[in-house]
Amino acid sequence: MKHKTFFWFVLPSSVAMLLFIFVPIISVVVQSLHVEHEQVIISVENCGPFGCTQATTIDQEATKKLLEAEPLGRFSGFDTYADRNHLAVEDVSQAWDKADNWRDFGSQILNLPFYKAMSFTLAYTFIVTPLVLIVGFIIAVAVNGAVKAIRGPIIFFSLLPMMVTPLVGSLIIFWMVDARGVLGSMLQVLAGDPELSVKASTPLTWVMLMFYGVWHSAPFAFIVYYAGLQTVNQDTLESAMIDGANRWEQIRYVIIPHLLPLTTFIALMQLMDNFRVFEPIVSFAASAHATSLSWSIYNDLGGEVRQLSSAAATSVLTIIGVAILLSPVLIRTWRDFSRK
Amino acid sequence: MTVKAQQRSALLNILLITVLVVWMVMAAFPFLWTLWGSFKVEGDFFSKANWANSLTGTLTKTETGSAFTGMGYHGAWVKEAFGIAAINTVIVCLFVVTISLTFGTLGGYALSRSTYRYTFWFLIIALIFRAMPPVTLVSGYLPVFFKWNMWGHLPTAILVLVAINQPFTLWMLHSFFKNIPKDLDESAMVDGCNRFQAFRYVIVPVMWPGVITTGLFSFLLAYNDFAVTAMILSKENQTMVPKIAGFLGSTQVKGNVMFAVAAVVSVTAPLFVMIMVFQRQIVSGLTAGAVKG
Repeated sequence: MKHKTFFWFVLPSSVAMLLFIFVPIISVVVQSLHVEHEQVIISVENCGPFGCTQATTIDQEATKKLLEAEPLGRFSGFDTYADRNHLAVEDVSQAWDKADNWRDFGSQILNLPFYKAMSFTLAYTFIVTPLVLIVGFIIAVAVNGAVKAIRGPIIFFSLLPMMVTPLVGSLIIFWMVDARGVLGSMLQVLAGDPELSVKASTPLTWVMLMFYGVWHSAPFAFIVYYAGLQTVNQDTLESAMIDGANRWEQIRYVIIPHLLPLTTFIALMQLMDNFRVFEPIVSFAASAHATSLSWSIYNDLGGEVRQLSSAAATSVLTIIGVAILLSPVLIRTWRDFSRK
Repeated sequence: MTVKAQQRSALLNILLITVLVVWMVMAAFPFLWTLWGSFKVEGDFFSKANWANSLTGTLTKTETGSAFTGMGYHGAWVKEAFGIAAINTVIVCLFVVTISLTFGTLGGYALSRSTYRYTFWFLIIALIFRAMPPVTLVSGYLPVFFKWNMWGHLPTAILVLVAINQPFTLWMLHSFFKNIPKDLDESAMVDGCNRFQAFRYVIVPVMWPGVITTGLFSFLLAYNDFAVTAMILSKENQTMVPKIAGFLGSTQVKGNVMFAVAAVVSVTAPLFVMIMVFQRQIVSGLTAGAVKG
């Protein structure tokens, strides 16, 4: 294809991505290096018959002028990154000096908003992803062994948890685990504790969020693995059988190697999606026990005062996180490509 | 002739059936439970006394006289004007899907036919964009949208969602077009068509299976989005999902939880129908990326 034709064909989607993805990234980076202007305050002395009083008012005109001169706000360098709501450099070094042992240091660090969000996001990503792979594989093997007639309906119901809006899906689960809901009361009976409430306990909230994550994403792994199982080479399987491989050995030496490339694909998609975990935290009203990076950004932007610089700094840190997460894949693709 | 190793032991059979039953209950039960419960009053759906109340509807009977009530639906659709949000969602989804597919088919086709090195870079950049959480872009949008008075309107949300949709749409359609033999459009060009005519008269008629599958996923992205639409739409222009989140803020008032439950069922119903009709396309779409590797 000629360069010119290619250019015209990709123009619409390139312009869309340039204007609404690339330019905003630049704008987010620039914003994170600035903070809003402080309002210019003037003090006026009012003198009357009973003495003088000092009054301070906002100089609207001067504030406006300042905004016009520097529409982005005051340049602050990396101050926003270093403040208490982000990397909290000061608090971390203080905690480092004061803490007696690792445990103490860790618990102090995890009280800081950014590290709290980071720890949950990472825990969620690296616990849910492997579980999704395992659960999806087990379901795929089970469905593959089932009678053909019931496979269609099973696939239909399996698609539901994945396709349904994440906010809605997590609400449905949340209402059931409520202390007054059906699962909640069942847990109370099982634990023998009538006061048990998942919402009130940090570890249980974490477990609940991760359970939701697996419930939501396992169907994806299941469908991909199930499609992979349909293409297993029957001859190889048969020769393995003739050579005396039992069922487990067949799975271990024929099926799993066949599914390995699919595993890389599912893991990559899951890492990207789990790192942005956000909706369940809103639905579960779990922010007291667990926050994520995406949730912090949303929280900064949705408050009474929109904290744009703070949200921008968290966004940049999140993008860096995604880049680190993706770098092994990118490096591998680059190597494959240069070899060609 | 039966092969001994292919027959399953009874134990293995039981294990397989258990896995299937447990998974089916986990996947389907929450939806059935919520659907059933949406026709009850709050005292039954969240029953302090006995969870079985939500099955029998004891309090619903005493409060309304019948075992089923449409009060939640009445509250959501009539009192809280959920219908407006539904119309907004329909508008947003319709435009997002049409525009994304138009841009995506052109781009995806070009990416599948060009043999130059830059197509690789184009796709890699799209992959990086796909990996970024959309909410990270919002603080970049807001100042500009406020300045140009674009904030809060449906067309703005449509533009943003189209752009966020592009990386995925390009990847998906790129792999679909790769499967359409090159000879088809090249022979049309030998016969005197230019590139665009070859695309229009030869490729367009055979591309629909791929386009429909991609369209389904574009629709899901627009329909399910919460982070972006919640931040850039004003209260009057809200789509359904942010509207439900709005119900949650006001749950202190008795009965409002049931509005949210009814709204949740209303949002899930179209998806249910969609999966039923397009199950095959969805499955093929999910595996399309994987088979390519």
